[in-house]
Amino acid sequence: MTTVPRSYHRPRKPFPLGRLLAWLALALILIISVFPILIVLKTALTSNRDLFTEAARLWPSDPTLVNFQRVLGLLSTEQAQAAGGSGSAVNFLSALKNSAIFTLLIVVGQTFFSAMAAYAFARLKFPGRDVIFTLFLIAMMIPGIVLFIPNFITVRNLGWLNTIPGMVAPFILMTPFAVFFLRQFFLSLPRETEEAAFLDGAGPFTIFWRITLPMSQGPLATLAILTTIGMWNEFFWPFLIAKDEASFTLPVALQVFKSQTPQGVPDWTGLMAGTFITAIPVFLMLIILGRRVVESLAFSGTK
Amino acid sequence: MSTGIDAPPLRTTAPPRRFPSQAVTGYLFILPALIGFAVFYLYPALRGVQISFTDWNLLSEPSTVGMANYNEVIRDPKFWSALGITVKYVLWNIPVQTLLALGLAVAMDRLVKSMFVKGLLILPYLLSSVVVAMIFLWLLDPFLGIVNQWLDGTPLGKQSFFTSAEQAIPTIAFVNVWKHMGFNALLFYAGLQAIPRTVYEAASIDGASELTTFRRITLPLLRPVTVFVLVTSLIGSFQIFDTVAVTTQGGPADATRVLVYYIYQNAFSFFRMGYATAMSMVLFVILVVFTLLQMRLLRANESDLE
Repeated sequence: MTTVPRSYHRPRKPFPLGRLLAWLALALILIISVFPILIVLKTALTSNRDLFTEAARLWPSDPTLVNFQRVLGLLSTEQAQAAGGSGSAVNFLSALKNSAIFTLLIVVGQTFFSAMAAYAFARLKFPGRDVIFTLFLIAMMIPGIVLFIPNFITVRNLGWLNTIPGMVAPFILMTPFAVFFLRQFFLSLPRETEEAAFLDGAGPFTIFWRITLPMSQGPLATLAILTTIGMWNEFFWPFLIAKDEASFTLPVALQVFKSQTPQGVPDWTGLMAGTFITAIPVFLMLIILGRRVVESLAFSGTK
Repeated sequence: MSTGIDAPPLRTTAPPRRFPSQAVTGYLFILPALIGFAVFYLYPALRGVQISFTDWNLLSEPSTVGMANYNEVIRDPKFWSALGITVKYVLWNIPVQTLLALGLAVAMDRLVKSMFVKGLLILPYLLSSVVVAMIFLWLLDPFLGIVNQWLDGTPLGKQSFFTSAEQAIPTIAFVNVWKHMGFNALLFYAGLQAIPRTVYEAASIDGASELTTFRRITLPLLRPVTVFVLVTSLIGSFQIFDTVAVTTQGGPADATRVLVYYIYQNAFSFFRMGYATAMSMVLFVILVVFTLLQMRLLRANESDLE
């Protein structure tokens, strides 16, 4: 990526009004982007007792971790009820575990199996290769709802409702996008190293595993990041498959926790603690992998 | 977007000798992906067509009813109302989102290039749509939400947002603008980076004003990205479900019963699998039209940056 700073607009006057307005607009939008998340954190740290009196405040006068403790099931039912919970809380700790397993299995499986297929489409010759690949490409256009109803019936017939296999099944082996994305990259890799390894007696799988994958760390990481974001946040499919609390992922648990509270006054402090917990992993990913995440997203759009 | 399909190389007399038995190896390599594709893409797509011609409640055997579901779709006022509500949502969501993203990208390009700023901007995009819906349910709560706490003292007064039939769709649209604005700005920003600076230098020497430069250079050269952003977000927008499922569940008074929510209700609340699938096929056709449009427009614009 070229990052040569452009200087065509260096101000003719020292500080034009337009520039000031643009700065203000940018600052305003940044505040609008971040502010709601701060209110979530503030609410999660507010005790139920203070919720009504401090609704308009930006920070709780007496911050507490009690809401996090109760939605994570770290308090007894009596303690949770005393803190303002309904007692019929969803087990967020188990949902956190399910979300982690769901996301991890899919990221590892999908990246690996899609890479294998992409390698074959890019490097190996076999009858029907281009027809199959074209079918993959066409499948990218099918909207989710068209596939989800028949897939639900398939998973139900397999007896996989409420199970991890049922939840990961449609995603773990491939997505057309992942195969397409990696094939484009493998096509661009120089063939010389692979050919040298072949002359040394390496088989195709050894070449794929020992040469192609290590040379593709950047695109593999990009794909893994995009898949992690997508799967951690996936709602519709786990929502269809997971009907027992034991198999909820975090977005599903959050939705169920909200719909459990009686109409009128939801358990806002607990809900916001659960909301914040659901969002923590992507915050961490952005903090730790910052530039990589931004570049992965930018890449996902431009090609 | 190029399809990336290479013409198959012409088979010469000698078979390729790079790997022994490439056919078997090739099939072994694609086997896992092929199983995933066959079971969860190809089969459901074909099965969907078949189910759409049946009456099926999941409990008894499906019975074939021919075109009855499609005829019912055409005559179902709730389907048309759901389609209308979806279009209304798209019309609120897309222009606001795209214009804000474009403005933001230009502001970023001209003022800051900081990774920190970009990180903050895409923060909402990284959140689950359930989380985003939850956040705004709380912020816009009629009684305790901080937005209404503030509005209370102004001439506008408190607003009902999700709980008002008139405001619910615009509110849901703005919630998703909040989520997607930064991501789309990032795409526009990447597009801006690809415009050669020499073009701007030439314009600057010719004495073109900022506005002229933007209108005559930036916008036309950005058109491929713009088309991509517009059409992908349009296709995503037409499939709006999560936000509705979490916030209004189609209400108040069916004011937010968008198409995918209505399909979901038919399949999983009324157990009318055939009817729901027929409607999802109609949605598919609508989206194919947009996809073809996208390809058409993208190809039409490929030569802009030469």
